[in-house]
Amino acid sequence: MAQPQMRRATESGVPDNKQFLHPLLAKNYGNWKYHDRPRPGVLHHVSHTGDEVWTVRAGTQRQMDVWTIRKLCDIADTCAEGHVRFTIRSNIEFMVSSFAKVGPLISALEASGFPVGGTGNSVSMIAHTQGWLHCDIPGTDASGVVKALMDELYDEFRREDMPNRVHLSTSCCEINCGGQADIAIIVQHTKPPVINHDLVANVCERPAVVARCPVAAIRPALVNGKPSLEIDEKKCMCCGACYPPCPPMQINDPEYTKLAIWVGGKNSNARAKPTFMKMVAAGLPNNPPRWPEVAEVVQRILRAYKADARAWERLSDWVERIGWPRFFEKTELPFTKYLIDDWRGARANLNASTHIRF
Amino acid sequence: MAKQMYPTPMLDQLEGGPWPSFVTGLKRLARDKDYVVDLLGQLELSYKTRKGYWKGGTVGVFGYGGGVIPRFTEAKDEHNKPLFPAAAEFHTLRVMPPAGMHYNTDVLRKMADIWERHGSGLIAFHGQSGDIMFQGVTSENVQPAFDAINELGFDLGGAGPAVRTSMSCVGAARCEQSCYDEATAHRTVINSFLDDIHRPSLPYKFKFKFSGCPNDCMNSIQRADMAVIGTWRDNIRVDEALARKWFAKHGMNEVVNDVVARCPTRAIRLKEIKDLDRSAPSVSTVALGDTHGLEIENRDCVRCMHCINVMTGALAPGKDKGATILVGGKRTLKIGDLMGTVVVPFMKLETDQDREKLVELGHRIIDFFAENALEHERTGEMIERIGIVNFLEALDIPIDVNMVSAPRTNPYVRMDGWDEEVARINAKKQQAA
Repeated sequence: MAQPQMRRATESGVPDNKQFLHPLLAKNYGNWKYHDRPRPGVLHHVSHTGDEVWTVRAGTQRQMDVWTIRKLCDIADTCAEGHVRFTIRSNIEFMVSSFAKVGPLISALEASGFPVGGTGNSVSMIAHTQGWLHCDIPGTDASGVVKALMDELYDEFRREDMPNRVHLSTSCCEINCGGQADIAIIVQHTKPPVINHDLVANVCERPAVVARCPVAAIRPALVNGKPSLEIDEKKCMCCGACYPPCPPMQINDPEYTKLAIWVGGKNSNARAKPTFMKMVAAGLPNNPPRWPEVAEVVQRILRAYKADARAWERLSDWVERIGWPRFFEKTELPFTKYLIDDWRGARANLNASTHIRF
Repeated sequence: MAKQMYPTPMLDQLEGGPWPSFVTGLKRLARDKDYVVDLLGQLELSYKTRKGYWKGGTVGVFGYGGGVIPRFTEAKDEHNKPLFPAAAEFHTLRVMPPAGMHYNTDVLRKMADIWERHGSGLIAFHGQSGDIMFQGVTSENVQPAFDAINELGFDLGGAGPAVRTSMSCVGAARCEQSCYDEATAHRTVINSFLDDIHRPSLPYKFKFKFSGCPNDCMNSIQRADMAVIGTWRDNIRVDEALARKWFAKHGMNEVVNDVVARCPTRAIRLKEIKDLDRSAPSVSTVALGDTHGLEIENRDCVRCMHCINVMTGALAPGKDKGATILVGGKRTLKIGDLMGTVVVPFMKLETDQDREKLVELGHRIIDFFAENALEHERTGEMIERIGIVNFLEALDIPIDVNMVSAPRTNPYVRMDGWDEEVARINAKKQQAA
């Protein structure tokens, strides 16, 4: 049978963004002088030529149906100037050439259910992953966790009441695709994978799985006469790294897959160098559809930070000033032995000084 | 009209509350598509059992080896038949966005039309990789969907052991802190790697990210194997009119506590106007009012951006702009999170020739990575294993003290090449002089 004629791809790569830029952005490209924020959710940029552009930022659900996209386009065409962009946190931005358009644009967005905010010292939208909706290895959902949390943080998104910006992320496995954040919610498995020995030989490339384990806890074995893999459960720290290359090594469990909270990640070089986040809470249940136990801990940390941090202190800057003991005191989170690092480089996290706050 | 919805009592609870609901969006799609009715059925099952039901596989488009994330359902009955047959295949097309993620409504509407016709109607702007995620398409429809997206001027991004889709900040298009043309650098570098994006053949993934200044809005330092972060070499620029305006609004407490005290290297000082050192070539000064002003010793400044962020416009990056290149950032798997570290303290990125040097550096690093990394090893892990000096020497990148936060702290190193090394450096210095 003749093969159907296949279309050959045009390997065009990254498209030129000039064709999509708002005309004022194109005109003043590389020539901006300063910006200010007339109100939360609105940026005002002034160019060296004197041109001004206003940007209205709104939150989205990220996973958008085509009707939502069309609604945003309708708003962009009727109340803005037909040009939008997205931020790294899935907020949408509408650029307009006059301040008079800002008010009606905000009204149109909020009337359609898109909160305006996410600028300056707000809690912005949560960077997140795919979860049960689309990932092949998820320990929990992503979009649902984010929806539930953003419902609670809705007012903080729309205000600029925090000491500095607050970036959140969620990740549905320990690989942490959500990334470093001021507060991150990450799956933490608490039991080794459960192996289906009938399937391993046919599904998994065994040497690759052995090599994938960060602690060398996996070795080839014959189980019931079949080639399979076995786990040294004393060594295994339940990271789940073997699960993607070998799905019969099921790591996800309705009860033993828990959630942990991390704080103090920062990508910006502003003030201190960029920092990794630190685990401060664990053992939280994976409790759909609204994960209330997670939300409670996140809110507790946010409340303590908001009440106590000084202007411009990111969460990591705040802890740097008050110290970890007071962080745990103020957030009423238990500091346990599991929060003492024992991975490579762990000594760097011990207190090699007499610097102690009493 | 699509078929009857499954009951979704758990997902229904995600329709309440003020934040936009993806469940409401999916239900709107389910009015017309059995595909999404069954997707909601499976998602509700995940919510009930707390388990995922997708597995990978092999699905692609003609001529490419990557860019499609295949998903086949594992939610099956005792006869191995899918419980939600209409959504048994739910693949994603990863599509590279324009730099800075700028769109007009015309192109967004066309994307929506394409995805309504060929796919589920669910699109994510954007995935953590930076891609536009066209989520939910059957194996049969992958090719026609891609053809339509490709005709629109868009191309698939990376997946698997490949060069991946990149991201750049809003940058020069709308930000006064921009230190290079992020969009042009992004597009020039990535489009030089299309073969490595579309035909995965590296040891593991390799990511570039482009941030216009050290605020690093693209999080490149912790997410990119090669991060290009804008910076400048000359003095911080000042604008006295904006400085006076800022001071009139914010006052002395904020100058002292929020600006001067937060400088990480104490490069910035508050002085009486008469004491400002206006003659030193490395010093920036600006009056805040008639009595006090700021004095910045730029040789002590680490370009952290803090004072510029606080007093935007009053203080600004210098004019001798370019970028710092850091290599080795990554997420947790396998040895733990790594930040990128400096391999090129500064390079100009103004001309096509400058950008060609960046492209060439990227290619050399990826060639070395392809030759030397173990399977499933990221660049940062490879460098951790072989040592940064071996990496730098192999790439013929000159050693620079800006690459370390401090020299070594222990004597356990073999040093019989010391004299030759000093002689080599001195000869190089003389040659340059």
